[in-house]
Amino acid sequence: MPISIDIKSIEKRFVLRHTRSMKETFLWLLKGRRGDLYKKFSALEGVSFTVEQGETVALLGFNGSGKSTLLKHISGVMLPDSGSVRTRGRVAGLIEVGAGFHPDLSGRDNVFLNGSILGMSEKEIREQFDSIVEFSEIGEFIDTEVRFYSSGMYLRLAFAVAVHTNPDIFLIDEILAVGDEPFQKKCLAKIKELNEAGKTLVVVSHDLDMVSKVCDRGIVLERGRVVMDGEVGDAIAHIRAS
Amino acid sequence: MKTEVSTPDDGTVGLVSPGRGAGLRDVLSSRFLLKLLVDKEIKVRYRGSVIGLLWSYVKPGVQFIVFYIALGIFLGLEQSARNPGGLPNYAIYLFSGIVLVNFFSEALGNASRSIVLNGGLIKKIYLPRELFPVSAIWVSAIHFLPQIIILIVACLFAGWTPSVLQLAAAVVGFVIVALMATGLGLIFGAVNVYFRDAENLVDLLLMVATWASPVLYAWTTVRDQLGQTALNIYLLNPLTVGVETFHYAFWMPTADQTQALPPSFLSLWVPIALALSIVTLVLGQLLFRRLEGRFAQEL
Repeated sequence: MPISIDIKSIEKRFVLRHTRSMKETFLWLLKGRRGDLYKKFSALEGVSFTVEQGETVALLGFNGSGKSTLLKHISGVMLPDSGSVRTRGRVAGLIEVGAGFHPDLSGRDNVFLNGSILGMSEKEIREQFDSIVEFSEIGEFIDTEVRFYSSGMYLRLAFAVAVHTNPDIFLIDEILAVGDEPFQKKCLAKIKELNEAGKTLVVVSHDLDMVSKVCDRGIVLERGRVVMDGEVGDAIAHIRAS
Repeated sequence: MKTEVSTPDDGTVGLVSPGRGAGLRDVLSSRFLLKLLVDKEIKVRYRGSVIGLLWSYVKPGVQFIVFYIALGIFLGLEQSARNPGGLPNYAIYLFSGIVLVNFFSEALGNASRSIVLNGGLIKKIYLPRELFPVSAIWVSAIHFLPQIIILIVACLFAGWTPSVLQLAAAVVGFVIVALMATGLGLIFGAVNVYFRDAENLVDLLLMVATWASPVLYAWTTVRDQLGQTALNIYLLNPLTVGVETFHYAFWMPTADQTQALPPSFLSLWVPIALALSIVTLVLGQLLFRRLEGRFAQEL
């Protein structure tokens, strides 16, 4: 199987207490750069793994372990300080529900805007539009401004757009926790369908039961390091034990 | 013989690093998204207001009336029977400069804020970030278009018969100002992520911009008061050159071509301004690409 995601010993440090004014920086320079202007914090340290095409991987770990940061490196939102991240094909995902939705635009406009932000061409969106609306179960409200939508409707539309982007790598960050049960089931079915079509999935979630249903492989992160990489069942056992 | 040994392909061929785009060239390839972002901005800006897009005319309209009364009449810049030394058709002189400077102000102001304002999106999804400043410039150009139509109508009433050269000069002048605004917009938009002082600096710059170009007065004042060297420095400002091309295209034909352009304006100063704008754009792009790698964590 060809490799879908290749991550080689990436490091990422964040700056804490960043100054937002030129004055502070200027004073710091005047004082001969004494002391640390920034405090550094390692979010990822020496993370390496490869994911083959068609794999379903869960990134597990407690809050602050670096899961979402890692996902952002795969999507290209963040660049590593050192090491390399390489991916194959279109990467899309639900990094956060409805990022790129504008509350003052109608559902229809938002489908186009969000689809385009996620990398779809105009032609693709037009072809998929009816299917997106049908999946979202929004129906006649598609021409209503999305700020009048219930949170469930909002989520359904966002998810519908994302699954229709036809990505090669699909990133999911803690999204299936929302929405009612029938819709959750529908989402899971759609995710499985994507996987059967050979798409690579990377899921970040605290919902261990859901993860065990969707994923085959689990990677456990602890303070920015990979501490375990194996069968999803073993990874979940590791998390539950700690 | 094992073929695996001789083939270098270990499944990694075709992998690319995400998040490293081609800058402004990526904006060209995502024209559809640019169009949607511009449409969104236009739809959202005047949402819930009764007169909507008309605000784009009311603001420059009021500004024009205030300046015209204060400067043209009170301070005597308008030519009249009692004031033969003033500028003929001062209203058109003023308006043709104001529309261009307003375009610059709106474009640069919005472009400088565009990255921070779209921070929510930039933090979550990778897309060419140059799209945001560029769409801000584009929106300003759309607001500029109706104003130029009003200007042309006013010119026609004043007996406007421009030459092809004059019209071409105005187009070049607009391009100079648009490129300059895009370049500075990329610079201040990116710096604003790290230092929010940048947007205040831009406000200051824009306040000066109206007075640092011959919008309210004639360029000859600069030469008469400060001398030739000062005029040369003054003409190094691409915005000055842009405004002067608009005077050349819209105002001079209505003023019986009696007023002169600065010496060697078309042959020297317009090419210099165009070159400076292009340099600004290139520098803006380079700086933007240096800084954009850390946008997601700084926003």
